[in-house]
Amino acid sequence: MHADITLTVDGRRHQLRVDTRTTLLDALREDLGVTAPKKGCDHGQCGSCTVLLNGRRVVTCLVLAVAGDGAEVVTAAGLAEGGDLHPMQEAFMDHDAFQCGYCTPGQICSAVGMLDEAAAGWPSAATPPRASAEGAVAELDDTEIRERMSGNLCRCGAYAGIVSAIGDAARRTHAAAASGIPRPAREGGRR
Amino acid sequence: MDFLSPDTWAGALAAKAARPEAVPVMGGTDVMVELNLGRRRPHALLDLTRVPELARWGAEDGYTRVGAGVSYTRLVERVGSRAPALAAAARSVASPQIRNRGSVGGNLGGASPAGDCHPPLLAAGALVELASAAGVRRVPASEFYLGPGRTVRREDELVAAVLVPEPRGPQVFAKVGPRNAMVIAVVSFALALDVAARRAGTGIGSAGPTPLRARAAEEFLAREFDWAGGADPSPEAARRFGDLVAGAARPIDDVRGSAAYRRHALAVLARRAWARCAAEVRGGGV
Amino acid sequence: MTPGPAPTAPAAPPPSAPGSAPPAGERAAEPAGGGVGDSPPRPDGTLKVTGEFAYSSDLWAENMLWGMTLRSPHPHARIVRVDTAPALRLPGVHAVLTHEDVPGEPRYGLEVRDQPVLAAETVRYRGEPVAVVAADHPETARRALERIVVDYEVLEPVCDARRAAFDPDCPLVHPPGSVPLRPEHNPRGNVLRHQPIRTGDLARGRTVADLRERADVVVTGSYEVGMQDQACLGPESGLAVPAEDGGVDLYVATQWLHADQRQIAPCLGLPPELVRVTLAGVGGAFGAREDLSMQVHACLLALRTGRPVKIVYNREESFYGHVHRHPAHLRFEHGAAADGRLLYAALEIVLDGGAYASTTPAVVGVAASLGLGPYEIPHAAVDAYGVYTTNPPCGAMRGFGAVQACFGYESQMDRLAEALDMDPVEVRLRNAVGRGSVLPTGQRIDAPLPMAEMLERARALPMPPPPEAAPGRVDPLALPGGAGGAGVGASVVRGVGYGVGLKNLCFSEGFDDHSTARVRLEVVGGVPVALVHTAAAEVGQGLVTLQEQIARTELGVRRVALHPADTSVGSAGSSSASRQSHMTGGAVKAACEAVRARVVALARARGLLAGEGGGAVGGADGGVRLAADCLVPPGGAAPVPLAEVLGDAVVEETREFRHRPTSPLDPVTGQGSSHAQLGMCVHRAVVDVDVELGLVRVVALDAVQEVGRALHPRQLVGQIHGGATQGLGLALMEEVQVADGVIRNPSFTDYLIPTVLDVPPMRVEVLEHADPQAPYGLRGAGEPPTLSATPAVVAAVRAATGRPLTRVPLRPEDIALP
Repeated sequence: MHADITLTVDGRRHQLRVDTRTTLLDALREDLGVTAPKKGCDHGQCGSCTVLLNGRRVVTCLVLAVAGDGAEVVTAAGLAEGGDLHPMQEAFMDHDAFQCGYCTPGQICSAVGMLDEAAAGWPSAATPPRASAEGAVAELDDTEIRERMSGNLCRCGAYAGIVSAIGDAARRTHAAAASGIPRPAREGGRR
Repeated sequence: MDFLSPDTWAGALAAKAARPEAVPVMGGTDVMVELNLGRRRPHALLDLTRVPELARWGAEDGYTRVGAGVSYTRLVERVGSRAPALAAAARSVASPQIRNRGSVGGNLGGASPAGDCHPPLLAAGALVELASAAGVRRVPASEFYLGPGRTVRREDELVAAVLVPEPRGPQVFAKVGPRNAMVIAVVSFALALDVAARRAGTGIGSAGPTPLRARAAEEFLAREFDWAGGADPSPEAARRFGDLVAGAARPIDDVRGSAAYRRHALAVLARRAWARCAAEVRGGGV
Repeated sequence: MTPGPAPTAPAAPPPSAPGSAPPAGERAAEPAGGGVGDSPPRPDGTLKVTGEFAYSSDLWAENMLWGMTLRSPHPHARIVRVDTAPALRLPGVHAVLTHEDVPGEPRYGLEVRDQPVLAAETVRYRGEPVAVVAADHPETARRALERIVVDYEVLEPVCDARRAAFDPDCPLVHPPGSVPLRPEHNPRGNVLRHQPIRTGDLARGRTVADLRERADVVVTGSYEVGMQDQACLGPESGLAVPAEDGGVDLYVATQWLHADQRQIAPCLGLPPELVRVTLAGVGGAFGAREDLSMQVHACLLALRTGRPVKIVYNREESFYGHVHRHPAHLRFEHGAAADGRLLYAALEIVLDGGAYASTTPAVVGVAASLGLGPYEIPHAAVDAYGVYTTNPPCGAMRGFGAVQACFGYESQMDRLAEALDMDPVEVRLRNAVGRGSVLPTGQRIDAPLPMAEMLERARALPMPPPPEAAPGRVDPLALPGGAGGAGVGASVVRGVGYGVGLKNLCFSEGFDDHSTARVRLEVVGGVPVALVHTAAAEVGQGLVTLQEQIARTELGVRRVALHPADTSVGSAGSSSASRQSHMTGGAVKAACEAVRARVVALARARGLLAGEGGGAVGGADGGVRLAADCLVPPGGAAPVPLAEVLGDAVVEETREFRHRPTSPLDPVTGQGSSHAQLGMCVHRAVVDVDVELGLVRVVALDAVQEVGRALHPRQLVGQIHGGATQGLGLALMEEVQVADGVIRNPSFTDYLIPTVLDVPPMRVEVLEHADPQAPYGLRGAGEPPTLSATPAVVAAVRAATGRPLTRVPLRPEDIALP
């Protein structure tokens, strides 16, 4: 069965018809020709297909395209505006934070999403439970960065560069201002 | 494959009543893997991500009710202090990206024996709320699991929420894996104490066809735990507790570890859980 | 240049204030020149960070079909019947091919032509390709595969490599005479190559038992290495486009374009020039792409259908679709005097090659020649075997036979130290090789190899703070087990271990190892531009950066462009064996020198340069230099812009570069100077072990490596980090688990590779003692750290636990269970 959906990808609006079994990753790559997100594992285990979906980082191999109807997707290609690299991309270049580069678009989207999460006060497993009061901005030391980036594998082993690049990008520019993307929507909830 | 995407809870229940074979999907972290590999080819998927009711949480009659769609990330952030063992488990699930989408509801729906949320739910004495167009029922977690991937949930029912009792004592969760992050549990264990009632609850993961309780160990601990002072257990008592937990497991040899190691590690986790709970009682952190 | 230590790469960059510029050190290493010795940015970096770099799986062509492969469900079976008709009837299916549709050679192979393009009578491993389909959509192709009927008669699998090697009753994987093996490598049955080495008294009729009596201490050990996967994140993929001339253009992620071409063309029944191969973006290689995977299949389908065909493996298929690192069984005996000096050593190593040869013969050659490591041993006996089984085929992976050996010999050195009650570094120092030492193959080390200095430096590196003194909060993530929260500080024991790895660099054993470069210099838009064209595969190692640096240094130009790597220029050889900086670097340097000589001649002919003399010698031509886009005459005359010298002229030169010749190993004595160059890395690992649960956290994994000359210091450190990370993975978690010929964990859920939380900050100290044989004195650097990291980590875990730990990867139960 097929479904007609709308996706906004890197600022461009697309209407497309997809098989309901199609993942968001396949829809991006094969239907729309957006190949910045990479397919590495089909399992959500490598993080190479990470994009920002409505401002939050997700692995697109575990999202159905049809479930993303109406969503806004930002890939690594969309982070570079008008030919200018995003500060995170510059930092990855400066710190040689990649070799083959296959995981890099996912790493960069994940890092950008992660800085927004941290700025919004989302705790990580590295954040001491009592320090994670709502709204507290986590201090992004290397331990925090490592924990928060543990969903993105790099087989070339460029982790040292990745950690220092993210730390550098976070220091260079305030995370939220740097991202240039919508902040994660806060969910409602009965308190 | 039909894709059903209701945007209200009533709509979701109606859809499930009409298409009981439809596979519910939340974050997709379990269902999508099977779909991608062609291991599962359902005729219909029931997408629940647009149902706002499922993303809610709140206090309810001595319980914290956590909607089946509350993401692990959100659970850690917002519900952590009200369900410490569950939050610790949620913190250890897969990767940050997956924690942003995955939820307790999906964990219960998939009912993998390795699911991280099951041991804390068992240990804390949580209830699983199941709903259908015909009504709502609440099932103790200890009665929920039947086998690998099988539960008491009827085909026309959806997991609506879990209800975790307000903590009345220390709770801990730990899991063992050969990698320091993003790993499926070789074995996991949760312990929740009710200091006032002097009761202990346990949960064992990845060491049997279903998540398990170690009832004999719970009774032993209830007798032996120093409820007033939180003294460390004697080595003999700790060993006995570990053996009882390990003895309750029904592990197999598989690609992630051997049965012998699983029993051994469970005993270690159990002893450590006791020590950590005792320290919390001593420190007054109840 | 001055030999001696280069600046240490710090484990972490110095902190800088929020909002400040990046640390000075990061940029200071990147002077404007961008030549050899600088650290300019990667020319493909911008495309990679924006996701616009076109990997082989990203390719697309108008009217393209999707190819897919039907694979054997059995490790060993006879094919009784294949019926493709039901698949062909499916709308959208354009071709279904079996072995009967292969127009040329039915088999291919990197060293031995023994692997069927598509299985004919027999399948020899689970996952072996049996048929391929092309359809207009991947889903259609998948359904077509389900409709192909194959009847099998299941045969007894051959799963035990030692049985395959030594049991005369073991079934044969290949019928005798069916594969054209070199007789000296196939004395019987399933043995693909046996390489012995005998030296000293052991070459003169004495036995190990004789020598044993003369030793004060004897240590024996049996070790096992599991099957490691390269786990490139980019799956096998490529696009084949049929051409009007009857040939085919293939765009593919590979390590060696010309070896692909040489193997593909005969299978298609085409001359090589009609099979044009162009490198597509490579998502990691590490050896996995040295063999063919989907190449012939895509070309066959494209030629049959007349349409472009793209094939992309998924992750599970990738585990079956490429070769792995050979699992190995090793048995050692070392005898030493009371002072620690080695008297003799014996090794038997059996490498499981799986169903087809791939590079097994060469892996055996490396495992034999380097099997006893970088130690002086008067009397040595080695027997290295590579065997056929019906397990997944094994071939190249970073370290190539030396990794398996290194885990064994370094474990033995620690065992010897223990038996002698001696410090592990000390026992290594007493036996360390250096310049002038002779390896068991009789090869004399004729370049600097300061092993003793390296060990001392590794020992002197600062230690990480002890666990209890670590600054900051008590962090459960810092404990073994990490995010699982199982850790308890009281059960954690720290251990320290060392590993030394010796690796041959470049191809060995008489192989005609060469690379080709074409360099063109011309004026474009008023500016001199060098265009460098090679067929060398950029796989992430940063070779494209080095090529530009070399052209800048040799031609003094600022602008360098790179032609896409393809087969329209001569072979560059493989991006493996740590060889491309040396070989293609050497070829680019040679071609640039030739261009430079012609530029000088041109200047002279145009009267822009007074005087006679000059030729392509060293770094200068009769005192003429090229620098800053100018020709700089000797004696202080005014520089002449290259644009003026060149005018409309296009100066192009092509050069082949060869390293010095190597010798085969004698099939009986194993003697021969088989290696062109040797590289060495020393690792010191510091680990915290939860001894009750058997969980390990590597706290530090610091290295001292001899690199000859650092052409690009920043990329070089990245190579050492990467190699060490893969060695850490082999030590602690990475294993393709094969039972009865079936891979039990073909996914990244259960084949675990290190995450960022598993890899500690890694301090790297680089030594630069130039190798006079190599361009700029350099040594390839990618492999040695992969060798040394594994034994260093395991030694550290042994130190913490006292367990023997004879198998990698270590499993928690190996540490924790009694």
